[in-house]
Amino acid sequence: MMYYSRLKLASVVAVCFLGVLLCLPNALRQPAPTVPWRQIHLGLDLRGGSYLLMQVDMNSVTADRLRTLADGTRQALLGAGLGYRDVATDAHAGTVTFTPRSPSETEADLKALRAMPMAVPNEFAVAQRPDGSIAVTLSPEAMRLRATDAVTQSIEIVRRRIDATGAVDPEITRQGDDRIVVELPGISDPERVKHLLGTTAKMTFHMVQDNALGSAVPGPGVSLLPMMNAPDQKLPVADHVDVDGSDLTNASAAIDQQTGEWAVNFTFDSIGARAFAATTQANVGRRFAIVLDNKVVQAPVIRSAISGGNGQISGGFDAQSATDLALLLRAGALPAPLSVIEQRTIGPSLGADSIRAGMISLGIGFALVIVFMALFYGRFGWYANVALLANLVLMVAILSLFQATLTLPGMAGMLLTLGMAVDANILINERIREEIARGRTPLAAMQAGFERATSTILDSNATALLAHIMLFAFGTGPVQNFALTIMIGIVTTLFTTLLLSRMLMVRWYARTRPTVLPV
Amino acid sequence: MFSRPLLRFVPNGTKINFMRGRFMGLATSAVLSIASVILFLHPGLTLGLDFRGGIVVEVRTQGPADFGQVRAALATQHVEAAGVQSFGAPDDVLIRLDAPPASSADHEARTQALVDSVRHAVATLPGAQVLRADAVGASVSAELFRDGMLALGISLLMILGYIWFRFEWEFAVSAVITLILDLTKTVGFLVITHFEFDLVMVAAILTILGYSTNDKVVVYDRVRENLRKYRTMPLAELIDLSINETLSRTLGTSTTVFLAALPLALFGASLSSFAWVMLFGIVVGTSSSIFIAAPILLLLGEKRLRRDSRPPR
Repeated sequence: MMYYSRLKLASVVAVCFLGVLLCLPNALRQPAPTVPWRQIHLGLDLRGGSYLLMQVDMNSVTADRLRTLADGTRQALLGAGLGYRDVATDAHAGTVTFTPRSPSETEADLKALRAMPMAVPNEFAVAQRPDGSIAVTLSPEAMRLRATDAVTQSIEIVRRRIDATGAVDPEITRQGDDRIVVELPGISDPERVKHLLGTTAKMTFHMVQDNALGSAVPGPGVSLLPMMNAPDQKLPVADHVDVDGSDLTNASAAIDQQTGEWAVNFTFDSIGARAFAATTQANVGRRFAIVLDNKVVQAPVIRSAISGGNGQISGGFDAQSATDLALLLRAGALPAPLSVIEQRTIGPSLGADSIRAGMISLGIGFALVIVFMALFYGRFGWYANVALLANLVLMVAILSLFQATLTLPGMAGMLLTLGMAVDANILINERIREEIARGRTPLAAMQAGFERATSTILDSNATALLAHIMLFAFGTGPVQNFALTIMIGIVTTLFTTLLLSRMLMVRWYARTRPTVLPV
Repeated sequence: MFSRPLLRFVPNGTKINFMRGRFMGLATSAVLSIASVILFLHPGLTLGLDFRGGIVVEVRTQGPADFGQVRAALATQHVEAAGVQSFGAPDDVLIRLDAPPASSADHEARTQALVDSVRHAVATLPGAQVLRADAVGASVSAELFRDGMLALGISLLMILGYIWFRFEWEFAVSAVITLILDLTKTVGFLVITHFEFDLVMVAAILTILGYSTNDKVVVYDRVRENLRKYRTMPLAELIDLSINETLSRTLGTSTTVFLAALPLALFGASLSSFAWVMLFGIVVGTSSSIFIAAPILLLLGEKRLRRDSRPPR
């Protein structure tokens, strides 16, 4: 207890020195790109920016999957020359059901459906139900997998769209099963981003059913879709997708040379170009509809076959909306609609105010604790202060090492850690005082002080750690940051008080061999 | 100052008879806690945006704020504000809107769209800038509330478990009863001060709980030590001795934490209410270690902790 080997001494000093080194990147400029340079990131509350919490619409993911499964079921039955009626989907149960043309075909139906290709093993099960109908049921695992895929894919698309806006250092992370967090430093008005992310941008090309024009009830396989610029006007559009917008390779906004209006030019890849050429060739003179998120952007008449794979959409765009649509088409469609359920934005001036407030509080709080310890505990108080400074350095060092984010609550966490850290020194000093009062020698008193105080220090830090683990587990954003800094602070506190300040005391004792302790 | 301490909190070997005033302490605490519970029931906590949902927009206007102008600008965007009020500086305006009722369709989308309307309204005010704009949907606020309460509840259970594991059950139970009493008083403080109860406040309360537990652990630690050391001393006397022995430390640590949190309360901008709650909690937590936790331990442990070593009749 009262002896520290040179090795131990050297390692404690080395850790402190390393801490100082790790802090440096926060104050200096990176000398060369090859030098590893890790520093603390300022949180949105200090830097200004936007936080968006988005929810992926999982119902639509399921509905989409069931629609394709129903399509696949029809195709498989037709391909095998079998008949069906009453095809229905149940999103809750994840099933597609139909009734065979006649009970005698049931076996053949089951066989044909079980031969359908599966994306993953056991993606769906086919079974006959007591009432004679046949159900194709997606397995819960497959649905879950698809949902996970949808979120992963959404994150990718969101990232592409945000990168295209030129945002600096965006952070896009998954939260929970079906949520995406988007953090945009420096963007204090997220309206455009919200608009970009809130658009699914699913573009498809369909034929207009001119013969159904004007009728209120379209026939089977035809839907009435509103025009984008005039939602009151509805156009009968075939459900069948002739060309899919996902087969685009490029899209850009430009001014149409003939009309002088803003338009979006796009280029298909080879699959899209072939489909587009075939469709236009077969339907010269008819109208086809460009549908974006279930709204008809434009429905021009096909004058001649278009084989080059290039096209243009013009539908009353202005510069901004044309640019945005081009951006969305390039980035690709979202697999499911996204909706914002929480947004928080902090302006740059408020962020600067918060940094100042945090720094002033940290400075004054630190100074007050140092003066207190010096006044009330003398020499040993100064040793505690040295440990306190090392504690601050090590906290900053660890945060830098992990390139952690620091928020205003995080700064409060550091400050409270400093206030609590000297508790260990106070415990030791008070114990030494008591032992001296009981008539022990300085050496015995210090030994007893260290020994007795250690378990108390461990106990009290353990309970604080428990509370903050809970806070970290259940909190979000700034509150988690607060808990994180306190948890880091507890670790650095144990190091600086149980090793550093104690070592300073022991070395002072070994050097001077005092007959009276300064307590 | 550089060698011997200049100041002392308490002289060595104080012998204050805390346990004599134990019923006084318990009664005061009970009254304060009951009053707090009544305040909690009526008028109740002011829920912050995290837990209430809705929209808060902070605006800095050019020169002293003209509330009529702000309201007129909002009216042109068909926004009905639940509150337009000043906060902090005279040129700062806080606009508060309630979230559309969760029962209505697309209420989430409408909540988020409202923020843009407020922004558009603010843009028409000359020289005004948005400092902060938050919108929390009903589903999120309900979740945040549930998570906050879970964090509080589980923390209390874990503290109970930890002290039980390290000490006897009498210690754990009296610590948790005391913590709950501390907690109710903090809630009462929140009601009186109208500080908004949000996730940051949950963080403050959990920090207070952690700190207060720490304080009790130190006293209990000494009680346990003295139980082994003085095998025949009556428990009341022994607890008094333990409190007196640790008094200097209790006051010292409370002071340093208090000093650390004080500048945050005075200059901490958006965290100032958080820091005031911390300061309140430090005072409550420290006094409850002496006046509440120790008497409860005495009540619970009078028969049990000393059973084997009571002097023969």
